[in-house]
Amino acid sequence: MGLQELWFFLIAALFLGFLVLEGFDFGVGMLMAPLSMVGEGDSETRRRAALNTIGPVWDANEVWLITAGASMFAAFPNGYATVFSALYLPLLAILFGMILRIVGIEWRGKGDDPRWRGWADAGIAIGSWLPAILWGVAFAILLRGLPIDADHRVHLSIGDVLNAYTLLGGLATASLFALYGSVFIALKTAGPVREDAFRFARVLSAPVIVFAGGFGLWTQLAHGKVWTWLALGAAVVALLSAVALMWARRREGWAFVSTVVVVAAVAVLLFGSLYPNLLPSTLNPDWSITIYNGSSTDYTLKIMSWASLTLLPLIIGYQAWTYWVFRSRITADAIPASIGLSRRSS
Amino acid sequence: MDVLDVSRWQFGITTVYHFIFVPLTIGLAPLIAAMQTAWLATGNTAWYRLTRFFGKLFLINFAIGVATGIVQEFQFGMNWSEYSRFVGDIFGAPLAFEGLIAFFFESTFIGLWIFGWSRLPRLLHLACIWIVAIAVNVSAYFIIAANSFMQHPVGTRFNPQTGRAELVDFGALLTNNTAIWAFLHAVTGSLLTAGAFVAGVSAWLMVRSHKRAEAEGDARSMYRPATIVGSLVALAAAVGLFFTGDIQGKLMFEQQPMKMASAESLCHTETNPDFSILTVGTQNNCDSVTRVIDVPYVLPYLAEGKLDGVTLAGVKDLQQQYQERFGPGDYRPNLFVTYWAFRAMIGLLLIPVAFALIALWMTRRGRIPDQRWLGWLGLITIPTPFLANSAGWVFTEMGRQPWVVVPNPTGDPMVRLTVTQGVSDHAAGMVLFSLGVFTLLYGVLAVIWFWLIRRYVVEGPLEHDSEPAPPRPPHEDDVKPLSFAY
Repeated sequence: MGLQELWFFLIAALFLGFLVLEGFDFGVGMLMAPLSMVGEGDSETRRRAALNTIGPVWDANEVWLITAGASMFAAFPNGYATVFSALYLPLLAILFGMILRIVGIEWRGKGDDPRWRGWADAGIAIGSWLPAILWGVAFAILLRGLPIDADHRVHLSIGDVLNAYTLLGGLATASLFALYGSVFIALKTAGPVREDAFRFARVLSAPVIVFAGGFGLWTQLAHGKVWTWLALGAAVVALLSAVALMWARRREGWAFVSTVVVVAAVAVLLFGSLYPNLLPSTLNPDWSITIYNGSSTDYTLKIMSWASLTLLPLIIGYQAWTYWVFRSRITADAIPASIGLSRRSS
Repeated sequence: MDVLDVSRWQFGITTVYHFIFVPLTIGLAPLIAAMQTAWLATGNTAWYRLTRFFGKLFLINFAIGVATGIVQEFQFGMNWSEYSRFVGDIFGAPLAFEGLIAFFFESTFIGLWIFGWSRLPRLLHLACIWIVAIAVNVSAYFIIAANSFMQHPVGTRFNPQTGRAELVDFGALLTNNTAIWAFLHAVTGSLLTAGAFVAGVSAWLMVRSHKRAEAEGDARSMYRPATIVGSLVALAAAVGLFFTGDIQGKLMFEQQPMKMASAESLCHTETNPDFSILTVGTQNNCDSVTRVIDVPYVLPYLAEGKLDGVTLAGVKDLQQQYQERFGPGDYRPNLFVTYWAFRAMIGLLLIPVAFALIALWMTRRGRIPDQRWLGWLGLITIPTPFLANSAGWVFTEMGRQPWVVVPNPTGDPMVRLTVTQGVSDHAAGMVLFSLGVFTLLYGVLAVIWFWLIRRYVVEGPLEHDSEPAPPRPPHEDDVKPLSFAY
């Protein structure tokens, strides 16, 4: 395996880490409001129970994306430059959403006031739904390709960004992440919130199978390679077993593992289908941006390889330890009063 | 406005905005770690309460720093794709290192610190905040190493086959003298920001405690020590700033003479020029400048460490030299901005220094001052280092214009790029739209940030933070709540 191939693999792995970890963060953010409106108990404590399941970990999960982006810059600058400038508006919307989400999560508990929390919740909802949809759209755009000319400049029209395939991609990631979030909440809570998370997972199972299954099949048929059938097969089997376990209302730990496999297998399918392109050209395959014409020098790639191959195991180790430290389930009953300042005291 | 102007405005706004919050994060993290260490070492709960109090302010600020940081990572590719292609072989690596070495540590261990108060053994919990404090500083190093490549490209060579700059010596990139001194300058600036913040807030609370009988004990146990610690940190940082700034200035006279000539409004090459304190000029033209107040000896010292026998190149002569070397074009940065940003950066330093000295004097030998003006002076002092930080970056970035990568006078002259060459070929309207989105969003968030910080400062250390939580190792089947922050 050459350095370019290694770096395609590593960037795919970083994006896989991002989708696997941040996927349930997005899902929890997407379901926070709906979960608070059903079932028994105070809606505010239910929201907080959901939010605190990702409390200690969401920030670090997001760094997988930042590192994936920076690694793409370092390893394939031509690809980074073309992809990021071509996807200007989707990325702008993703950034907008993620900014709202970060400040929404961090600032929500800083005021004990329903109106304040309403604004924070709106930020968390927008910041979770928007990226959850748009990452699917963005990956679909990348797989489908863009009109790239011989000089690696993109001549974009609206149809390249918005079409049936990219919209299906958006629905696929959004429904998948919502299911993933409900499984995670079932795993991390106890009591009524957990019961409702099972209900949500059951309601979501049909859309996920239709959208994610449809998108996976379309991707495989239109862009896939022979071996990516394996990834698609693994995704389908894992998805069906996760859904079955959620319908049976038990073994949410295994359901979670299955959903992890689904998201990981979808990432493998996407990047496997893309390989060795970073961004295929719809005008002429020779004009595609590949890992070969878009890469950094071997010297840079070697330094980067040493750094990431030694640091990533350490990073995975201490992140895993965080999940171990905060392994307890959360119940809405155990949520203490808000520690934010009330309106009066300002 | 064409796409270049809009893109530059967007980069300027998003970057200056990001760096409003980041210095407070970089400087406050080690101070909070030190407070928590003091609590564990002495058992004095006053340090515990200060840790919680400033920790809360730190987290309000941390969130917005993280949120605006993602934009930084993405916008090189979005708005400066030609630049990204030209320098990606070099510039991307420090950004990736920043993610791998700093951001992962910082974000993982801040989560452990926030939620781990009653989960982790005390020393392990203390280690978490120290890891955060180190990681935010390491992150500053890598991003400044990347920026310093634009100021002074080293360890690189132009490859005519690929038409781009390529990395030949990663060690040289990381030990770039510009990077080392710019990093130390930024870190001391951050410590000044945090020191002035801690001292200003604590001094105001200390003065206010005279009006509140129940807070008098707090003034002696918490606010006075915090005022003193903050003032000492600010003073030490100010000394560090002068020292590191001086070395950086001397490097800049060698590496970017045009930037320093504009910073001095030095039109023509002169021997032993005076340092200018006030000039009046029009139309951004150095010939129109009237020098109102000048000081001798300072500028030769700033440039070469000598009082005499120093010849400095002027803007006009440099412009001619650059045209001979790099072809026709305007190689002068904006004179007005460069000159005044440089003076604002230095001048604003005097306010926190003065406040720290006054605060130390008034708290001497156990005194707890009750003069209201001292509290107000503390509050007025807080924003000045923030403004100085921004002025410093505006100076160094605007003074780099029109280059995005300034040619290194002793390096490969082909490794150079102007902003015109570096910008993405977008429709100006689209970038204008994103500029509007960011500006509006950032404006709203800044208002909320200020409002939150203000509320928590006015509230002071909270009652429910008065008792340290005992560490409680989790047991199997333990359905106890976590320490809830959200």
